[in-house]
Amino acid sequence: MSEKKQIRIATRNSGFIDPENIDSYIAAGGYLALAKCIEEMTPTQVIDEMKASGLRGRGGAGFPTGVKWGFAAGYKSDTKYVVCNADEGDPGAFMDRAILEGDPHSVLEAMAIGAYAIGGNKGTIYIRAEYPLAIKRLKIAIEQAEEKGVLGKGIFGSDFNFDLDIKYGAGAFVCGEETALINSMEGMRGEPYTKPPFPAESGYWSKPTIVNNVETLAAIPAIIVKGANWFNKIGSETTKGTKVFALAGKINNVGLIEVPMGITLREVIMDVGGGVAKGKEFKAVQTGGPSGGALTYKDLDVKIDYESLAACQSIMGSGGMIVMDEDDCMVAVSKFFLDFTMDETCGKCTPCRIGSKRIYETLDKITMGQGTMDDIENLKLLAVAIKDTALCGLGQTMPNPVLSTMRVFEDEYKAHVIDKKCPAGVCSSLLEFVVVDEKCVGCTLCAKICPVDCISGKVKEVHVIDQAACIKCGACLDKCKFDAIIKR
Amino acid sequence: MSMMNITIDGKTTQVPAGSMILDAAKQLDITIPTLCFLNLDVMKYNNMAASCRVCVVEVEGRRNLAPACATPVMDGMVVKTNTMRVLLARRTVLELLLSNHPKDCLVCAKSGECDLQELAENFGIRDISYPGVMSTFRKDISPSIIREMDKCVMCRRCETMCNEVQTCGVLSGVNRGFDAVVAPAFEMNLEDSACTNCGQCTQVCPVGALVEHDHTWKVIQALVDPELVTVVQTAPAVRSAIGEAFGMEPGQSFTGKMAASLRMLGFDHVFDTDFAADLTIMEEGSEFLDRLQKFLDGDKNVKLPIMTSCCPGWVKFFEHQFPELLEIPSTAKSPQQMFGAIAKSYYAELLGIPREKMVVVSVMPCLAKKYEASRPEFAVNGNPDVDIVISSRELGHLLKQMNIDLSKLPDEDFDNPLGFSTGAAPIFGNSGGVMEAALRTAYEVATGETLPSVEFEAVRTLTGVKTAEIQVGPHTLNVGVASGLGNARELLEMVKSGEKQFHVIEIMACPGGCIGGGGQPYHHGDMEILKKRNQVLYNEDAGKPQRKSHENPYIVELYEKYLGKPLSEKAHKLLHTHYFEREKM
Amino acid sequence: MAKLNSITDLKKLREELQSAAETQTGKPLVNVSLATCSVASGGRDIMEAMKAEVASLGLDVNFMQSGCMTFCYAEPTVEITLPGKEPVVFGYLDTDKAKLLVQKYIKDGELLDGVIPVGYERVVL
Repeated sequence: MSEKKQIRIATRNSGFIDPENIDSYIAAGGYLALAKCIEEMTPTQVIDEMKASGLRGRGGAGFPTGVKWGFAAGYKSDTKYVVCNADEGDPGAFMDRAILEGDPHSVLEAMAIGAYAIGGNKGTIYIRAEYPLAIKRLKIAIEQAEEKGVLGKGIFGSDFNFDLDIKYGAGAFVCGEETALINSMEGMRGEPYTKPPFPAESGYWSKPTIVNNVETLAAIPAIIVKGANWFNKIGSETTKGTKVFALAGKINNVGLIEVPMGITLREVIMDVGGGVAKGKEFKAVQTGGPSGGALTYKDLDVKIDYESLAACQSIMGSGGMIVMDEDDCMVAVSKFFLDFTMDETCGKCTPCRIGSKRIYETLDKITMGQGTMDDIENLKLLAVAIKDTALCGLGQTMPNPVLSTMRVFEDEYKAHVIDKKCPAGVCSSLLEFVVVDEKCVGCTLCAKICPVDCISGKVKEVHVIDQAACIKCGACLDKCKFDAIIKR
Repeated sequence: MSMMNITIDGKTTQVPAGSMILDAAKQLDITIPTLCFLNLDVMKYNNMAASCRVCVVEVEGRRNLAPACATPVMDGMVVKTNTMRVLLARRTVLELLLSNHPKDCLVCAKSGECDLQELAENFGIRDISYPGVMSTFRKDISPSIIREMDKCVMCRRCETMCNEVQTCGVLSGVNRGFDAVVAPAFEMNLEDSACTNCGQCTQVCPVGALVEHDHTWKVIQALVDPELVTVVQTAPAVRSAIGEAFGMEPGQSFTGKMAASLRMLGFDHVFDTDFAADLTIMEEGSEFLDRLQKFLDGDKNVKLPIMTSCCPGWVKFFEHQFPELLEIPSTAKSPQQMFGAIAKSYYAELLGIPREKMVVVSVMPCLAKKYEASRPEFAVNGNPDVDIVISSRELGHLLKQMNIDLSKLPDEDFDNPLGFSTGAAPIFGNSGGVMEAALRTAYEVATGETLPSVEFEAVRTLTGVKTAEIQVGPHTLNVGVASGLGNARELLEMVKSGEKQFHVIEIMACPGGCIGGGGQPYHHGDMEILKKRNQVLYNEDAGKPQRKSHENPYIVELYEKYLGKPLSEKAHKLLHTHYFEREKM
Repeated sequence: MAKLNSITDLKKLREELQSAAETQTGKPLVNVSLATCSVASGGRDIMEAMKAEVASLGLDVNFMQSGCMTFCYAEPTVEITLPGKEPVVFGYLDTDKAKLLVQKYIKDGELLDGVIPVGYERVVL
């Protein structure tokens, strides 16, 4: 790699400082931004700086952070809240956990800055209880920050107070949605409610509340110290700064990356990610996790920003990026994501509660080889209606994996329905395990391992698999030393 | 208040800021179908879960469709309610709901009254495009209510009712995804929960997920048994509403037709709970005057306020929620139970039959009465004072089954002696009515003077919490009246904190009192119906020659011949009860 | 711990911390990635093994823990900074290899395989 494609802003300290020692953070320039805000800037100036930076919410929706803060600042209230959304839940995504474990103070500092900007003095970090190390480090960080006087009463000798506490989520994916998160924080059932009113007007305990994602917050001290003009020079036309992704799937360099907005998918996958693993053919990349869509080789030169990804019927999402190769069946991939959302929907609104189940069932039917062309048509209609009618972001984006794979891989769906074949060889119901006569030496190993005794043949003679009885477990294929069994 | 301009389907109007699209549409006579939405303003009830998504509309400039019920109107908003996109979306949502809803409408308790059925009919749904597995929840049967959650559409109306209006907190959303459903905590049985059996959940449930526990067949069995003497009593509120079950306009008195219909059914004695209401006033009023006198004399063992105990939903509510106040409610049984006790003692003796041969059937506007009748303390050697309780709705079904069209019947009277009542009795069905009836008698007993006016307007509104100062002789009494258990809680908190010293409090579990009872014909969200029923009972009162319970000649006779005087030992044994502390959850 | 009362206090503390760090640059620094995933893949064992090896060889080495170094595919990872040299990240470690790192790289400056190329620019405040 000749040039450095990654710029680490939100993850600037992770891996470099001791997260359990505030001095380590201060030595790296920590709390300078907060001190600067309190001593040198008015709340309005802070909000203006955030607006000028162009920073947009990294939780997925991409709403301009400065604008959100501006709304909350505009409402009069005796109490206002700053909430850090650390309820990371996309399968395989761990950007927030890494930041909280590697650099917890950056999040605390940004929350204090947010509180100062909107005129609030209470903050809560809503973090999933499955992140014990992050919670431990956050607790240490809060304690040390209070001892140092950068959190609590009279921060930096001013009259600005900011108290922080931690609330634990029980691992419900939907609680990453801000209104569900607020319900959950209040001890209510974790389910979203209709906006408006937006939390900036009436959120936690019906007070003006800003809910910001971990990664968004982590970037803020850097923006304040280095300036909005430094930040907004990084990135694309519509989307400034950098984005952290958790690269996963069939890619060589599985891991966390932070790249400038506007970088192409090709650069991310081929250069930063080191290309598709095991020399296989690239097939698709899923951005946005279960709410996102699959992008193909045709989309490899798309620039990563909110608008460009949306134009390809995917979304930026919170940072999951799953690479798929020729061995992945797109119908099965859709089914995997729908299985996830079907379990994780709160069940409040009809389209999400029942619709997700029906989509899943239809996909399951197709992967079993029982699908019809009507099913494909109905899937499309259902997906569109769900997008149009679901109450919250979870439901509105839940059909994305189906719609996006149908857009590009409709042939693969049709192969399942019409030819009763799974081209990628994934959907076991559609596979046949057969013996290649020329290669079979009649060793009988396959017949011995078969759990349903459906392989017959005498020693040193070609064996035969009874297709009617075969349960497609694949044990024979694994056992055969002569590559004489293939699936097709 | 600032006004917002909005155009819906090409028609323009103005609505106050904060109005929803649905309000604006209503103003323009545009009907947008709804399912989960329900606004019962007089009950301070507004279910805006926006969960069903049936009311979605297209809003210009908005990415997705908006729920009309919960989307505030913005100035200049342009809305379309009937585009192809909207129709497809609504139809899909409806088909999804139906795909997970049992199709046993023919045998569903809500058939003909079901909002989902009506929507399916209006949309002309003939086929479900998205069939799939269906929910399988267990059926939960309490003495009053049957929960069949396979039919639940997650509208959350019952939850809003149970938690916000009634503050019982029994029903709430549990589980996630396809398994999400409304249930008591830990999915315990309703019977084991803090459910008061008020049945308001059944009043708002749009489908057949929450319905009354039907006992009509038991009534038929009793009626046809030649060995049994059947006695029926009907609560005041039933006569204000039963005609609605036969398509008659609300707001008329159905008393005479109802008495005729019960006689046609074959009951041997057609009596009236109103008689027992007069009796209740005698006992409760005397208890009140007794306590008041001791209280004024400085007796530290006597606590005030005294609270009414006619309502079994309310009784169970305070047993669960305010066990520290168990001493305060009157020990007087409810009219239903007083009636049963007197029927199976005094009247059985008059007939010369053992109590076991008598079957007492109650027709009640209430589902909690079913539970009340089943309480073990209301039985003698296992023989209950009241054998069978059916709701107004069940009486409707019973009559139809027996080919009786109530609307075609002549007016008839109740039988005597247990069918005679004064004007103080029918108003028991209205919130404030028991208070008014008690004041009429208490005033005259305490002062020995005739009341100048029997109508106490201050307690006659449909307001949830009513307070008034009433002069009784030398004493100014602070009275409080609440209907709806949330309002009751408000009053009780005032009592508990000592914020206000009340002398007497009337509480009814159902908003508006028994006229809005959980067993009444469905109001379908039309609160005007409650107002009309309320007026019927006041008219009934005004039309009676006697309007004070102590003037009921049969009550006088009952005391002379049988009970002695109010609060006598015999009266205590037959007409008073005690309460039990119960778990909060 | 004294409270920071102004931006001046903060800047002064930062300078003190930085100059204190300067005094340590003569010693090798081993920075072990200890995020959840690093711990799960054996990061703590690596740290212990290296500490033990350093002790048995009688070397004077500073150790620190940090969070995610972002190289999930190569966990466990450590970053070693030798006096006067650029930091080097080593991945794919096990306890044997970790000991070898002490014996070869820390003691003698002899590079081993498993060096992870650093493809990013870190923003420093």
